[in-house]
Amino acid sequence: MTEAGDESTGASPAGPAGGDRAEGAPGAEAGWTAAVRDQLTRRLTIEELLPTRQPAYVGSWVYVFGVVTIAALVWVVVSGVVLALMGSAWWHTSSLGHFFNSIHFWSVQMFFIFMVLHLWGQYWGAGWRDGRAKTWMVGVVIFLVSIVTAFTGYLVQQNFDSQWIAVNAKDAVNSTGLGGFFNVLNFGQMYGLHVMLFPIAVTLLVVLHILQVRSKGVVRPLGDPYVADAGVSTAPGGPAR
Amino acid sequence: MNSPAPYFHWGFILISLPNLILIAVMLVLFAVALIAPFPHGGGHHGADDDD
Repeated sequence: MTEAGDESTGASPAGPAGGDRAEGAPGAEAGWTAAVRDQLTRRLTIEELLPTRQPAYVGSWVYVFGVVTIAALVWVVVSGVVLALMGSAWWHTSSLGHFFNSIHFWSVQMFFIFMVLHLWGQYWGAGWRDGRAKTWMVGVVIFLVSIVTAFTGYLVQQNFDSQWIAVNAKDAVNSTGLGGFFNVLNFGQMYGLHVMLFPIAVTLLVVLHILQVRSKGVVRPLGDPYVADAGVSTAPGGPAR
Repeated sequence: MNSPAPYFHWGFILISLPNLILIAVMLVLFAVALIAPFPHGGGHHGADDDD
């Protein structure tokens, strides 16, 4: 094979699925930086990252749910940044504050609605096929982290509703044994988690999720008789996993 | 708006009317997404479908 000595481009000539460049091939650079770079260029070429064409089966509204979820997340983050900058007195008393508070609330509703629709589409379409199990699992983690993020959001509204939720939730959280680490009555902890740690986690996980989808491509519909990239069969009755 | 939402109770299922409506809308939206025609710009196919 000639790939070992080919360092002109990051794109492996073997194709999107990663090719067959041998680990530790002669001529390969040593060190973890080179190893990470080789892994990245082998797993995700720029053509896969920014494709200009998609397979015909992607032409369905079901595949729109994921990107609408991302659009909603963008609005959640933007409105959340404004709310964090201005503070609770602003979002409770001024008309513009009410507007951004509502934008934040309703974009979260859209985020969850379309995330669940996206989940339905992937579940009934078995989106974890053909080496996409990690993509599915990262999606599961995004869903769970998003729920905790939204929960902390309800706790930091700074109104009677948030106090009611916190006082009731403390018993549920304490019953799990997590109360010592996750105290819903501790406003500072909930606010810090809601505006910093969880949003960063969700955003990074969503970026990872998108990179995984770009790397593997959109899964073929169930029953599609064609053979996918890199010889991985998606024919009915048992694709390679 | 400031009154409690009506709730429906069937066996172990307890759900408010707004949540029930939301789930129904989501089901309709999902069904429409499955059957509604998608606009194909130029009608071209993916690279791996051309050959």
